[in-house]
Amino acid sequence: MGMKTFDQLDETLHYEELANGLKVYVLEKKGFNKTYATFTTHYGSVDNHFKPLGKDENVKVPDGIAHFLEHKLFEKEHGDVFQDFSKQGASANAFTTFNRTAYLFSTTGDVKKNLTTLIDFVQEPYFTEKTVEKEKGIIGQEIRMYDDNPDWRVYFGLIENMYHHHPVKIDIAGTEKSIAKITKDDLYECYETFYHPSNMILFIVGPVDAKDILSFVKDNQSQKTFKEKENIERFFDEEPQTVAKTKKVIEMTVQTPKCYMGYKEAAPNRQGKELMKHELSVNLLLEMMFGKSSPNYETLYEEGLIDQTFSFDYTEENGFGFSMLGGDTGSPDEFVERISGMVEDFKQHSIDEDSFDRARKKKIGAFLRSLNSPEFIANQFTRYAFNEMDLFDVIPVFESLTVRDVESVLQNHFKKEAMTVCQVQKKKS
Amino acid sequence: MGKLGCRHNERGTYPMGIVNHKKTDLHGMTVHTIETKKYKTTSFILQVKEPINEKNVTKRALLAYVLQSGTKDFPSSKELRSALDDLYGATLNADLSKKGENQVISIRMEVANEKFLSNSEPVLDKAFHLLSQVLLAPALEGDVFKEGIVKKEKRSLKQQIESIYDDKMRYANKRLLEEMYDSEPYRLNVYGNGDEVDSISPKELFDYYQEVIRNDKIDLYVIGDISTDEMVDKVSKHFRFSKDRKEDETKAVNAADEKRISEVKEIFEEQDVQQGKLHMGYRTYTTYADDDYFALQVFNGIFGGFSHSKLFMNVREKESLAYYAASRFESHKGAVFVMSGIETANYEKAVKIIKEQHEEMKKGKITDSEFEQTKAMINNQVLETIDHPIGLSEVLYHNVVAGTNRSIEDWMEGIKKVTKDDVVAVAKKVTLDTIFFLKGAGTNGNENV
Repeated sequence: MGMKTFDQLDETLHYEELANGLKVYVLEKKGFNKTYATFTTHYGSVDNHFKPLGKDENVKVPDGIAHFLEHKLFEKEHGDVFQDFSKQGASANAFTTFNRTAYLFSTTGDVKKNLTTLIDFVQEPYFTEKTVEKEKGIIGQEIRMYDDNPDWRVYFGLIENMYHHHPVKIDIAGTEKSIAKITKDDLYECYETFYHPSNMILFIVGPVDAKDILSFVKDNQSQKTFKEKENIERFFDEEPQTVAKTKKVIEMTVQTPKCYMGYKEAAPNRQGKELMKHELSVNLLLEMMFGKSSPNYETLYEEGLIDQTFSFDYTEENGFGFSMLGGDTGSPDEFVERISGMVEDFKQHSIDEDSFDRARKKKIGAFLRSLNSPEFIANQFTRYAFNEMDLFDVIPVFESLTVRDVESVLQNHFKKEAMTVCQVQKKKS
Repeated sequence: MGKLGCRHNERGTYPMGIVNHKKTDLHGMTVHTIETKKYKTTSFILQVKEPINEKNVTKRALLAYVLQSGTKDFPSSKELRSALDDLYGATLNADLSKKGENQVISIRMEVANEKFLSNSEPVLDKAFHLLSQVLLAPALEGDVFKEGIVKKEKRSLKQQIESIYDDKMRYANKRLLEEMYDSEPYRLNVYGNGDEVDSISPKELFDYYQEVIRNDKIDLYVIGDISTDEMVDKVSKHFRFSKDRKEDETKAVNAADEKRISEVKEIFEEQDVQQGKLHMGYRTYTTYADDDYFALQVFNGIFGGFSHSKLFMNVREKESLAYYAASRFESHKGAVFVMSGIETANYEKAVKIIKEQHEEMKKGKITDSEFEQTKAMINNQVLETIDHPIGLSEVLYHNVVAGTNRSIEDWMEGIKKVTKDDVVAVAKKVTLDTIFFLKGAGTNGNENV
């Protein structure tokens, strides 16, 4: 069992890797009512081409299957696990991202009972043809709900523009057509491959006794048997550095057009500290270029090209990475022209130390603020851990960044030829 | 309570276990302090309340955004934002909400607790100063708001109002309220009316602002690793109101819902959407201050508040008609709203199932496990909500809106005491008023290059 203290943050993290490979982390949060736990597998929508555990042939599975599996894991022979949690005074949920599937609960009541429910339901799949069929109607409506959401459409449209082959361009939920093909055997095959304990992280945060919780989990796991752990082989087609499409317009029944633009990262294969440094550098640079206290923001706002919905972000995982900027705008084409012009202009001038320091302070403050949230800690810690990073390194890494780091991402990431645009425009009647 | 007590006209302390909440009245503003070591930040939440009304609704929305765009010392948005960044990325945002028939401006600020910063800087005093300036010393030009700021914020507000139409769930909800409350102030949208924005002049807005500062009910919540005495000291130093400030008591609204329903209103609208948005509005004749408020909470929980609720189980799990089928309630207007996204062709079927669930509850068809699970979940929800500074302030602010004095413990005790009979009694009061259905034509989102 290990323990790490982060004095500056006044936090202590307890952890242990169990014999079956499961990594367990417990963060004690005194004074909180709520305990929040996530049980996450390193498996998401991009993992659609792989070698199933114990087999020789690679398979390609239908789009949307990781998300479908997430829905179906809640259903058991005795009924719905949601009910078990609510009987125990906990609320449960789950979500699927590009490369993670997380199951979670929060409770102010009996932590151990709910923890047992969480671990056991995720580790005991029960899929039947009948329940799989029933879910297709529900997920079909979930897909349609997103289809009607212009913010989702413009966000996803931009990612589609960026990638030629990488499955990050496939909608996490798939399509009504692709999920129609999913069978219970497909679900079992994905489950067996990706839900091995060695591919998973359990994170518990709340007013708990860490040692007690760790030994409780250990006990639960020692009573179960698992297959020998194997390395998971995932396959991805070679992805060119160029974007697949430079512009797309989606017509919807909206009054205000939406515009997102983004830059595709040329070499998204960093891990660990290097990835953290890169990610934080790009985000810091975006803050300097387009944050609310920047001259550019003021100009764009004054010109009426952006409003309160304007936001930006950079994200990178093993195999894909991109920055995006966007929001509602009256003039989507002008928006693109102005922003890309501002980026080019930024490259021409040296970076000013004052605005660098200010942006860094802002980012550190924002990070401290997010540590108020147990959800943030558990979800982000897990995401970082799957990429060999440590969430609690964020402040020291921010403090170690220099103007030179930011200059380097400015020249290397924000390249004109890596840019693409997606717009939602008012439907012509 | 301490040596400062004599300076202030009232200082009450709730007998608190879970939350250490103290109230101090200072020149017509109520300061609520909550001392806790849970957070790495200190939060300030200003709540400024007035009954929502046709005359001021749009001005008030605009005012919220103008206030957060500049102060006397930092007369532009850029300067104000830089000052916040220098305070270790303090956040400041103003927004609006409707609580019953009140339109509330909330100005929230959150600053890092200096003890977690490497070079501990005194950020708290600066934060108080900044926040007080946002409310009391706005950026002026001549004797009115700066025209440039007003102009920009008008454009932004118009865009915000328009964007409701673009989010079909929000749009359907807005339409439901307009139809259901067609002759009550609650029909008004909290962001105002798009066609009124342009005509508001900086002078007119400033006159209205002065009224707000003179007459509105103002509450300030300070939450974090703080000391009440110190905070009260700082507040009285930084927040100085003019002498003629006097809360306008006649403004308090607590109108009981008198409207009886003879026939359910059914409104259809067609748009090019892939999924129909079904919204149903019920009157409950129960609000926060009422004794059966807790029973209403439990009613809503069993009806559609959770994933074990009747709506979720029947509309989604049993019939696969929807991904979401839920209900929520509004504490101060006393309404329950149902929402679900369905195939347009399934309208009749979905409405029938939803109505049936309500009928079942009227007949007392509530299982022990539905009942117990719901109470456990509500309890859980309250405790979770107060783990977050904003959630905590919202829970406490209910008392201000309703004119009550309930502690968190009273709240939990209230839920505990609810019986099945109480829930059935509420179910019988709850009456469907209006159904709004946004029908789909089904070709939304065609792509072209």
